[in-house]
Parts: sequence; C-alpha cells; structure tokens
Amino acid sequence: MNDLAAFWSRFKTNRPAVAGLAILAAVLIMAAIGPALYTTDPFDMVGRPFQPPFGAYPLGTDVAGRDILAGILHGARISLMIGIMASLAATVFGVAVGAIAGYYGGWPDNLLMRLTDFFLTIPSFVLAVVLVAIFSPDIVTIVLAIAAVSWPSVARLARGEFIAHRQREYVLGCRALGMRDREIILFQIMPNALPPVVVVASLTVATAILTESGLSFLGLGDPNLVSWGYMIGVARTVLRSAWWMAAIPGLMILITVLAINLVGEGLNDALNPRLRQR
Amino acid sequence: MTPVLQIDDLSVEFATSRGPVAAVRDLSFSIGEGETVALVGESGSGKSTAAMAILRLIASPPGRIANGHILFEGTDLLGLSQSDLRKVRGDRIGMIFQDPMMALNPVYTVARQIGEVLELHRGITGRAAMDEIVSLLRLVGVPAPETRAGQYPHNLSGGMRQRVMIAMALACKPKLLIADEPTTALDVTVQAQVMRLIEDLKSRLGMSVLLITHDLGVVSQSAHRVVVMYAGRKVEEGATREIFAKPRHPYTQGLLRAARRARANDGTLWEIRGTVPSPYAMPPGCSFAPRCDLAQESCATAMPDLIRMADRHEVRCFVAAKGAV
Repeated sequence: MNDLAAFWSRFKTNRPAVAGLAILAAVLIMAAIGPALYTTDPFDMVGRPFQPPFGAYPLGTDVAGRDILAGILHGARISLMIGIMASLAATVFGVAVGAIAGYYGGWPDNLLMRLTDFFLTIPSFVLAVVLVAIFSPDIVTIVLAIAAVSWPSVARLARGEFIAHRQREYVLGCRALGMRDREIILFQIMPNALPPVVVVASLTVATAILTESGLSFLGLGDPNLVSWGYMIGVARTVLRSAWWMAAIPGLMILITVLAINLVGEGLNDALNPRLRQR
Repeated sequence: MTPVLQIDDLSVEFATSRGPVAAVRDLSFSIGEGETVALVGESGSGKSTAAMAILRLIASPPGRIANGHILFEGTDLLGLSQSDLRKVRGDRIGMIFQDPMMALNPVYTVARQIGEVLELHRGITGRAAMDEIVSLLRLVGVPAPETRAGQYPHNLSGGMRQRVMIAMALACKPKLLIADEPTTALDVTVQAQVMRLIEDLKSRLGMSVLLITHDLGVVSQSAHRVVVMYAGRKVEEGATREIFAKPRHPYTQGLLRAARRARANDGTLWEIRGTVPSPYAMPPGCSFAPRCDLAQESCATAMPDLIRMADRHEVRCFVAAKGAV
C-alpha cells in the first residue's frame, strides 16, 4: 500500500496527467451509466433527419433520423471497449513474445524478433484493413485485427526489459535457489519489467480507438454496433451541410485519446525509475 | 570418507567470434565435510566461472562445460536432469553472490524472497513460513527481524542485504555453501562481521564452504585449504598455513607479497608486473612465464604438470619442482 501511495504522490504532481485522468474518468462513467440513463436505442429512427443540436434532441439527429446523443453514449462503450480489449490482447501477446525472446536469447530470440520485424514493416492501418476485410467485420475480428498490428512494439519493449534483467544477479540468485525458468519469468522478472509496458499499453488504448474509428469510417466496423468512428463514417457524405454530425463524435474521440495520452505520459513519469530521482 | 564436493578435470569454454576460449582448464579439487576451501586468483583467473559451473549456472550459449565431473555427495551434477538439478540448487547447495545490492529482487519484501525458498524446497507456507523466516533472520544476526521481514531491499544497508542473502542460501540447511566474493562489495568493517557470521553458521549447521575471493586476508582467517588459480588453471593447492608460510609457486608468492603491501626497491608498492594474458593469446608454455621473474627456457615451451610437493600440497611450476624456489 505504501508503494501505491508513493506512486500517487508522484503521479499527482503532473497536472496535465491528473486533468487527463479526470476527463478519462468522466468518459468512462458516461460509457458505464449513460445508456442506462438515456435509454433511446441508437439505431431507432426517432424523428426527422438533419435536425441540428439543441432542438428536439440534445445533439440533433443524423442522416437517418437517429438520435446522435444516444449514438455518442452507446458508441463510448464500444469505442472504449474495443480500445481496451485490443490493447490488452496486444500487451499480453507482445509481453509473452518479448519475454521468451529476451529471456532465452539465441534462436528463439531470432525467430520471434524476425516475426516482429515482419509485422513492423507493414503499415499497421493497412494491415488492419486487410485483416478485417478478409474476415467478417464483427467486434471480435476488429479487436484481434487491432491487436495484431499493435503487439510488435510491446514485444520489442518487453524483450529489451527482459534482456536487461536476465543478466542481473537476482535472476542468477533465483536460478541458484532452484527456481524454474517459468517462475523466474513470470514472478521474478515480470514485476520489474512491467512499468514501461504499462505506459505503452495505455498509449496503445488511444491508438486502438483511433484505428477502430478509421476502420468504421471506411465501413469496416461491426454493422450491428454503433461506435464513434461509425458515426463519423455515416456523416461524411453530408459534411458540408451538417458538419456537427461528424464533429460531435470527432470531438469525443479527440478528447478521449488526448486524455489517455496525458495519463500515459503521467504514468511514464511516475513509473520510470530513471526519472524518479528528480 | 568421501568428500562433499569433488571436482575432476573441469573445463569450461566460451564460444566467441574468434573460436572457443577456455575459461577453466582441467581443474580438480575437493572439499571435505565441514571444510572451508578458498579459491583465489586475480580477476579473469576463472575462479567465479568454476564456482558457477558447480551449479551449472553458466549461461549457455555462449558457455559450455566441455569436460569433467562434479561429484556432490557422490552424484555427478553434470549428469543430472534439469528437474533433479533444481532440487540440489538452493536446497543441498546454497550460493551467495558478490553484490548484495543486485542479488535481491527489488520488488519483493525480504519475507517474500526468503519465503519463496522455503516453499520451493521445504513446502512451508503461511504462518509456519513466517516463523521460520523470522528465526532465519535472527540466525544471521538481523536486528528486529519481524520489522525487517516486511521491508524491501532498498530499505536495507549493504551488510543487512548480504545477511538476508545468507539467510536465503541457508534456508534449507545446505550441505555446501558457495560464497562468490561475499565481502567484496561491503565496507571493511562489515566484511569482518559477514565472514565471522559465515564461519559461525558453518560450524553450527555442519556445512562445507567454498569461498571464492581475491582477499587473502579473508583467506588466512577462515580457509582450511587454498586453491590458487591463474589463467583458468590451478597453479597451487595446499593447507592455508603452509601456503602462507611457504608458498611454492612464483604467482602465489607474488600475490602474498602484494597482499602484505611489500615495498619495491623504489619505495612504491610491490606488484606482479604485467597482466593476465589474453585468453586469445595464451603463451605456449606456462601461462605465468611472461610475468615470472624466475622463468627459464623450459617455461616458455611447455606447460608444467601439477607436482606433489608435500602431503596435499601441489604446485604447477618447473622451478618450484626442482626445489629452487
């Protein structure tokens, strides 16, 4: 508990990070309880299309007469969930690859890192588009496609951490005490290697939200779910006559991604041992 | 009586871009019940590599135990499966390392790290483990063990950390303790305390100790026998008293002279001239010959064999063998 308190005291000195955390918390609360308070179905055609905000509906209606506020609230859930799930999947897979490559070195390292390089050389958004287009665009394939383009940077980072730690004497000590490699990787090195990975994972949430928006904008989103990217995609043809239709979800993406980035920066400052002494 | 540890013809190689390099060559020695054997030599003499090889802790690749047998209580450790080897590590053979700052995991409390060993080898968990942890900390002379158990390595001083390391190594009452330069990273005042502690625990637990060090002061106080290594080979072995009173090998003599802060003719501290030869360019004959004041023609062409001088006193030197030293 002392560690948590110390972590918080370092984190809270970073004002932008605290502001980011507050915004992020607001978005999360909105996503969690918004749809329950505002029960309109985002796919229901509730009224005349192209109604501007602050009229009969707080944020107006879209090209098909659907309530934009309902879309924003439900879309928050989908966008955040896809962002978090994709980041989680990418982090778990990336850390596993990086840990094995970094701890063992030799041919496993070569094999896994060449695989990582292969993924890094392909432009990630293009790869995500291809993956979603090959498989049917539903939420699972979208999450997996985003994870598939996000894990290499996590793997690289985790590998570097494991290489740095496997040489340390405490790891040698653990081996001298008769621990298995598995125990050393998971319970000895992992807690030491995790702080920088946590930072990258948090930033991956932001890029995952952006990637999902991009996919939805191109019509590769899950057709049964409303996300912010989907709403922008729907509004793009009427950008000149009803700009707010794209601007409102766009603004939500902007502030959410910005907040996550600020929190990530704050985590970096608070967790990075090299900056701790300042 | 069979010795606790017997090393026969141990050779350790490292693969490099310029081909394999031998860090330890044909090393043989043994440690009896309750005995303390010191392995001494300069940096790069292969003493730490030899110690690591006993528990097969050499990173492979690039390292490789090329040859030899390591008999511990009669079984060859080099022939054991990984799982059988893990049962020996930490349980039957404990090891402590040079730098107590680095040898404890920074993210776990002292209690957790000692507890892991107890759980791993003795299956002790929960309350019983906590009692055992506190009694171990008390055994190694950590004041206020209940409080210290809950602290992290960064809360402890270097001497305290080394005591915790010793507690971990001794958690399973091992038969053999390998101490790889246990005092090098500590303050002089703490060095003596830690050595006294190891001595005391050794007699209390009936352990044998392999002490790797370049501190001859430590050796003279605590070792029964000394094995002197140079460039990967044993050059002299004998009882501590005999080695200190009558060193035979010119290298051992040089080490002792340097350790006693002898003065050279110009008043500066006496030293062994030159440096350990590069493992890539070992001289064809005796590896110490280029630095030896007594070197003869034969020294430059052939490596001398170990020659028995007296009971359990061996030396690898042509000149010493003739009794000319």
